[in-house]
Amino acid sequence: MKYLDEFRDPVFAKTLSENIHKVTTRPWTIMEICGGQTHSIVKSGLENLLPSSLSIVHGPGCPVCVTPLEMIEKAIIIARKPNVIFTSFGDMLRVPGSTSDLLTVKANGGDVRIVYSPLDAVTIAEKNPDKEVVFFAVGFETTAPANAMAVWQAHKKNLKNFSILCSHVLVPPAMEALLSSSTNRVQGFLAAGHVCTVMGYEEYIPLAKKYNVPIVVTGFEPTDILHGILMLVTQLEEGRCELENQYSRMVKKEGNIPAQQMIFNVFEISNRKWRGIGEIPKSGYSLKKEFMHFDAEEKFSLGIVTVEESPLCIAGNILRGLNKPFECSAFGNQCTPESPLGAPMVSSEGACAAYYNYKRQNVAASGSGLVNKKH
Amino acid sequence: MANDISQGLSCPVPMNDYPTIVLAHGGGGKLTHQLIERVFKKHFSNPDLDLMHDGAMVTVDAGRIAMSTDSYVVSPIIFPGGNIGELAVNGTVNDIAMCGAQPKYLSASFIIEEGLSMAELETIVASMALSAKKAGVSIVTGDTKVVPRGKADKVFITTSGVGTIPEGRSIHPSRIKAGDAIIISGTIGDHGMAVMSVREGLEFESEIRSDTCALNGLVEEMYRVSPEIHFLRDPTRGGVASTMNEIAASAQKGIRLYEKSIPANENVRSACEILGFDPLYVANEGKLIAIVSSSESAKVLSAMKKHPAGTESAIIGEVTDDHPSVVVLQTAIGGERVVDMISGEQLPRIC
Repeated sequence: MKYLDEFRDPVFAKTLSENIHKVTTRPWTIMEICGGQTHSIVKSGLENLLPSSLSIVHGPGCPVCVTPLEMIEKAIIIARKPNVIFTSFGDMLRVPGSTSDLLTVKANGGDVRIVYSPLDAVTIAEKNPDKEVVFFAVGFETTAPANAMAVWQAHKKNLKNFSILCSHVLVPPAMEALLSSSTNRVQGFLAAGHVCTVMGYEEYIPLAKKYNVPIVVTGFEPTDILHGILMLVTQLEEGRCELENQYSRMVKKEGNIPAQQMIFNVFEISNRKWRGIGEIPKSGYSLKKEFMHFDAEEKFSLGIVTVEESPLCIAGNILRGLNKPFECSAFGNQCTPESPLGAPMVSSEGACAAYYNYKRQNVAASGSGLVNKKH
Repeated sequence: MANDISQGLSCPVPMNDYPTIVLAHGGGGKLTHQLIERVFKKHFSNPDLDLMHDGAMVTVDAGRIAMSTDSYVVSPIIFPGGNIGELAVNGTVNDIAMCGAQPKYLSASFIIEEGLSMAELETIVASMALSAKKAGVSIVTGDTKVVPRGKADKVFITTSGVGTIPEGRSIHPSRIKAGDAIIISGTIGDHGMAVMSVREGLEFESEIRSDTCALNGLVEEMYRVSPEIHFLRDPTRGGVASTMNEIAASAQKGIRLYEKSIPANENVRSACEILGFDPLYVANEGKLIAIVSSSESAKVLSAMKKHPAGTESAIIGEVTDDHPSVVVLQTAIGGERVVDMISGEQLPRIC
């Protein structure tokens, strides 16, 4: 496939892998921020190609995983209402709230629909003027422009029956929260290529300086990630702490200006709670005052919803890179994709699901050569 | 005079003009008979069916028979590359063929939602007849029920079938041995993505078409060149990944697949990339997986490639004594990963 096979080329991958082995002289702990990168690493078996002294920890960049439990619960409450069509991206549907999940609400008669674009939800609202149509607007800076565009379009069309349940989060404040924590062990970051496609990478330059940490903006294909790792390890070995851009075919320093403008037409920066991490100041988007009538929390007067996390689930530690999924006592027994305790086991980008699906330990034990490295 | 009265008493709407199925078509009365005559018998007609008895009385060769049944509930009922009727015939033909058997007779049972257009029903029935003809099977008995609107989704079809197993053929997990080659008869994921693209209104530059087709001819061709076919399965729901996991579990063997060797059409791969799907888990309706002794694999593969249903056949992996019950994929870039059974449906991801 054009523009994909080139980035999955085994010969190129081997060269990159050899170079990584060559430059690595010490143990390093590096984190990929984005869930898409986690998925790609595990799906393509990249860890087999890396030196064992390199520890890759998976970051908080899966939108499904960091959406707070309260928000899932609110989504479920709204979706159960008789006059509501609740629309969402597919992988939010299986995430357990404290009592149920959206797929179960659907099975019990709730009108829950998967959409591929938030603009589809606007179209549904236009076609169903007697129904309230709610879109579950989650994600990082990557999904924000399209979600903002949906609100903008609904505003232009003067739609009264469209609203969003907004749970938008931002990457740089989460990185800062990780770096400023006393438990931090991450020495270098692969920054999320798609987030930077929208936002550019200027805001990461001060982070690299302030915390003395190299950051490489990295793409999602296997050779992108290997290349990103090579650049990052080279910086670490040379004692440099700079911002570098591996994903230059997509990412410009200033990002995508029209997309940013659309975001700030509709959203403003606000404090946000992250599942497993807690509240991080100025770490998300909320609707601006003049668009509050599109806010589903306001429209349905949801107020405060109290929820309880499973005491067994260590999703917070997983998302902060403190533990690997294998190190959770519930992994693979009390917590599986069929009966997940926490979101990282549900989402295709969640670290736990990626580990469960692609590298369960029984294979290592049977000696196929597929080794699950413990770091 | 009498003639005039009878004319005056008859329904002004001619019965054959119903443009849609109504409940009475399933009532067992005149309309039911008319539907059978004008749609089902018209297309399926054969001496065994035409007796219109409660069941079919047929003759098969002495020996072992294979039997299978399957229900079809696809939405939409007509999709690029096929319709529910073709699926219903080919699916059961294939299930019987995967037993190493030669499919002979099918039954077809319809649950029709009131309001289905007669034209759509006839399209489906006509293509069932054509598929049966192509596969060399007869539809010898059937049933029709009509349910009120909303109690079914247009039409559900259940087909059952029987076939005979020629002497010397044996499909059994215990025959699967370490070193056996795993062959697939062509590209993966076509059916699932074809249905997905129309169901979700996704528009791709080039149309993705279902691969639905009967595989019994291909199976015969394979047996013609070698009896060393140890196992056959068609990777329908859940795709190649799920089928390989089922095989690994039932044989208590490990399976190694080579990602680079697994054929997939460009448009299917692209659609999967966009949606965040893994083509290994997407349904096929006209592909088989054969597990064949390694010494015979080249011969079987070459025979498969010459058959129209197997032109893109490829060896995609091997059976191993390592990691019993686990399927491991050697990834295209040279890594390794476990290919697990999917839990639930694949859902499109956020970004």
